[in-house]
Amino acid sequence: MKNILEVKNLSTSFFTHAGEVKAVKDISFNVGIGEAIGIVGESGSGKSVTSLSIMNLLSFPGKVINGSVCFAGTELTNLKEKKMQLVRGNEIGMIFQDPMTSLNPVYTVGNQIMESLLRHQKLNRGEARKKAIEMLSLVGIPGPENRLNQYPHEFSGGMRQRVMIAMALCCKPKLLIADEPTTALDVTIQAQIIELLKDLKDKINTSIILITHDLGVVAELCSRVIVMYAGSVVEKGTTRDVFYNPRHPYTWGLLKSIPIVNADHKERLIPIDGQPPDLLNTPPGCPFCPRCDHAMQICAQTQPPLSQLGEQHLAACWLLHPGAPRVERGR
Amino acid sequence: MGKDHILLKTDGLVKHFELNQGFFGRKAIVQAVDDVSFHICRGETLGLVGESGCGKTTVGRTVIKLYEPTAGKIVFDGQDITGLKEKEMLALRKRMQIIFQDPYASLNARMTVGDIVSEPLDIHGLARGPKLREQAMELLQKVGMSPDHINRYPHEFSGGQRQRIGIARALAVNPDFIVCDEPISALDVSIQAQVVNLLEDLQHEMGLTYLFIAHDLSMVKHISNRIGVMYLGKLVELAESSELYKRPLHPYTRALLSAIPVPDPDIAEHKQRVILKGDVPSPINPPAGCRFRTRCQYALDICSQLNPEMVQVGAQHMVACHLMT
Repeated sequence: MKNILEVKNLSTSFFTHAGEVKAVKDISFNVGIGEAIGIVGESGSGKSVTSLSIMNLLSFPGKVINGSVCFAGTELTNLKEKKMQLVRGNEIGMIFQDPMTSLNPVYTVGNQIMESLLRHQKLNRGEARKKAIEMLSLVGIPGPENRLNQYPHEFSGGMRQRVMIAMALCCKPKLLIADEPTTALDVTIQAQIIELLKDLKDKINTSIILITHDLGVVAELCSRVIVMYAGSVVEKGTTRDVFYNPRHPYTWGLLKSIPIVNADHKERLIPIDGQPPDLLNTPPGCPFCPRCDHAMQICAQTQPPLSQLGEQHLAACWLLHPGAPRVERGR
Repeated sequence: MGKDHILLKTDGLVKHFELNQGFFGRKAIVQAVDDVSFHICRGETLGLVGESGCGKTTVGRTVIKLYEPTAGKIVFDGQDITGLKEKEMLALRKRMQIIFQDPYASLNARMTVGDIVSEPLDIHGLARGPKLREQAMELLQKVGMSPDHINRYPHEFSGGQRQRIGIARALAVNPDFIVCDEPISALDVSIQAQVVNLLEDLQHEMGLTYLFIAHDLSMVKHISNRIGVMYLGKLVELAESSELYKRPLHPYTRALLSAIPVPDPDIAEHKQRVILKGDVPSPINPPAGCRFRTRCQYALDICSQLNPEMVQVGAQHMVACHLMT
């Protein structure tokens, strides 16, 4: 499978008054054509900043300080703004987290969808309108001809999210970045959106980066997963690797802290104790060390490297070092 | 403590909100909660689930009389509290508390944590002076926070810690009954489990009774003894939690359960999903008959004419659907 996106050693920091906040630290991954990958992690783990770095959308005081983002053979990190505008919305589409605030309330939905069509594709208004209607029906909005002339406030949350997806998809992007596309929605609507994304992936071969903290959504849609913690990749691999054979204590913790719906009897949840670290002054060593049940002396001193565990399976933990004690995952 | 002792009971609870549609507009009525009856036993947790706008929060606020019910009856510990005046309620407020959804909005930013937690004690005259401070510190310890945090302000804490402060505030007056209004939906996955465990521990320790409102169905199943499913202001199904997940009867419950994303790639791959078409209709003009019929794939003629009544289908299982009668 050829890669549509290759991210190498990407680091992003925010230079605030209080000091440098290292939001993303040296992460690398790639996305194949027609593949969906998931990035999971808690708030503050750097998943959204990763997507903004790819899109070159960071504004002051945020800055990509190292690494490369290569999209379909083009390096994006040093691309001029004018050139980047041709990529954004045209070749890479993005769905933002909050459908309630990401649409402009003073333009009709039709206008907002047609905007990117008029800009990127040489269409006249009539053609753009036709295309917008087509997109709205593709994402399952009934009566698209009438809905086109309505304003965002006339749409419900789920419908607005569909409008956002229609906007992101109207130029048939090769890559779709979905930043928590279902977090603000009810489960029934979430199920509709997941099915829609699955369809897009299979039908028009769109590559998808799904950013979420919901492991269930990842299991349903993605073939590979990247687990992030405090700006670093702690584990990555195929979805089956990560769900059935997780090797990093943080991934264990994440999987253990969600209740099993099909369980017959009630088991006590096992939370991860403590809080995520303050990114302003991260201690040396593994960022997960203070919350880790299996932390060793070395964990507090040196950051563990990513160890290769399988063809695609990597994890960054000192426990995977040949000399480390063997630790079994609980439950 | 017998589980058969009923602490809270509602009978045909109705809450309508009047909506002013501009100066010349006609008055519209939002039927937020319509004819909801249930009971909660002492020491039990009743879960309430449904999509946003289904009226679950309104139920939670009405049963502790933060909203005045439009019709119906609320009985708390054998006493009819429906018509009680605000002054008469004050004594009862000591026994019923609420934990709010948004830990960022429900704490006063200008008050220290100690003041927030001890305010209920002060209002109800339960402690005074140095005793007040002492009790606040005890409360903080109870919810797993350091008593030294007493002089700090809410902005110094993370979401999970703030929710703990909210819980400490609810516990201050030693209540019997707590309405938990989506207490975990604003928190991170790893922190959610911490708060749920805390709520469970406190329940065992203090014999608390919970009405647990949430839209995260897997967490609700975990914490609740029984679960009620609401749709557009109506209770459509009520059953023991494992029974509800194993044998859901109402078409809406089935759709809701099948929509839960399962964190297991093998199961996810072969799952048959019931996808609900469209959105929830407006509660201003709900469909006649069964409110779910516009999205129900099994809808019959009778569904548009007659509102289905709740019927008993098992020992603890009730459902309101024409298909079941």
